[in-house]
Amino acid sequence: MNTDYVEICPTAYHKMVEHAHEVWGWEIVVYLFLGGLVAGLLVLTAALELRAGERSKSRGLMWMPFIALALISLGMGALFLDLHYKIHVFRFYLAFQPSSPMSWGAWILLVIYPAAFLLGMGSLSGDWRERINGWVEKKSKRLKGLLDWSFEWADEHRRTLLWTNLVVGAGLGVYTGLLLGTMVARIHWNSAVLGPLFLSSGLSTGAAFMLLFKLDKDEQRALVRWDMLAIAAELFFIALMLISFVGGNHAAQVAGEGLLGGKWTAPFWTLVVMLGLVVPLLLETVEIKRRLPLTVVTPVLILIGGVSLRAILLASGQESCFCDLR
Amino acid sequence: MSRKRYAMVVDTRQCVSCKACVLACKAENEVPDGFSRDWLMEEVWGDYPNLSAENRSERCNHCTNTPCVHACPTGASHVNEGGTVLVSHNKCTGCKACIAACPYNARYTHPAGYVDKCTFCLHKVQRGEQPACVSICPTKTLFFGDLNDPTSEVYKLLRSRRFKVLFPETGAKPNVYFLY
Repeated sequence: MNTDYVEICPTAYHKMVEHAHEVWGWEIVVYLFLGGLVAGLLVLTAALELRAGERSKSRGLMWMPFIALALISLGMGALFLDLHYKIHVFRFYLAFQPSSPMSWGAWILLVIYPAAFLLGMGSLSGDWRERINGWVEKKSKRLKGLLDWSFEWADEHRRTLLWTNLVVGAGLGVYTGLLLGTMVARIHWNSAVLGPLFLSSGLSTGAAFMLLFKLDKDEQRALVRWDMLAIAAELFFIALMLISFVGGNHAAQVAGEGLLGGKWTAPFWTLVVMLGLVVPLLLETVEIKRRLPLTVVTPVLILIGGVSLRAILLASGQESCFCDLR
Repeated sequence: MSRKRYAMVVDTRQCVSCKACVLACKAENEVPDGFSRDWLMEEVWGDYPNLSAENRSERCNHCTNTPCVHACPTGASHVNEGGTVLVSHNKCTGCKACIAACPYNARYTHPAGYVDKCTFCLHKVQRGEQPACVSICPTKTLFFGDLNDPTSEVYKLLRSRRFKVLFPETGAKPNVYFLY
């Protein structure tokens, strides 16, 4: 039986009822990208120190927790811009809804601030601590006491802070994917793979971002190796997602149409898969094997791929709904 | 006595797509221009001249398994009396997670900022009245009542007529039923 629509009464509906509608715009792309990037920064900063067994001496790594805080604040700013009822933003913190990934995300973001701040305080070198102490002492004696306490606490609980940042960072990375993956109504997103996919993408973009800063040679090599693993994992999760589309039921097949022959196919395969993953993986393999100096080309490509992944999946997912199955 | 479970039954064989339900809802609930809490779907299938059509007055399905309530980070979307799904305007941040989660695209962002949708006119139901769309329907297409009450019209209709729900595959267990 052919069940094609020939009419939807145009005077009696709001635009949401129609086949496709956009719920979230560029603000959420920025938020998801920066959320993933910060997740990668926190996990990798902590992992580098846990691996070395001592505090890093490179200046780039010293500032990374503070850079992460600035970036997550920017991301939360974008999220705030997306809210339609902005004065009610405090409502996120008057409730915890275990079934809502967005509620988990709101609370994870709240944990990230003190965790990353204290990690950063503990990372500061002696001369920077003196400089900050001197500056604060001039302003307020009470603030100086608080500063001394935070330096002391951060040094004393360094290992706990490293592990906290690692776990909370991983939680943030997974959350950015699950936020979309748990939306039953959007058949394109409806996959648990989005959690690990966004985490691996976050780790990769985090590593790429860190490689833009001045780091020790050993740290750079470690980051490139981890990045290669993250890219391989990302390709694996993308493959799983596509397999579930192709080999799934009718809903899965319709959900995958956008990326497999539909309007998102060209940008997805060129920007995300080729430029954002395959080319950087090849470049990093050559750089590591031949011990070539690292260039900014690879990190920039990875960052472009990371933004594109989120922008494309967000847009294609919002266009998919059960009405496509009619 | 068992708990109330409100449901709506739409007789697609009676509906003539007159839009009275939409206008009554807009008037009763002061729905802003450009939006509506209920709407009409006219589905036509077949090959000319052998065509069949179905008119459906659609709205929030007040699901038993509520994807919107599960997605809401602040508890603004909640289940109220008789399983009615409502939005507390004073708790809503306009984050739109519930809009993305709704399989029926039944929600919209009110110009005031909060997310809005059909309430089954609970304020009228609590006064012993019928929802605005039901009370105005000139062809007796719409029925509203308690599915746990064997004497209610909706209970009797679903036991005597063939019916369907929209997108049962979502697992949301909707409470708007369509007789066909």
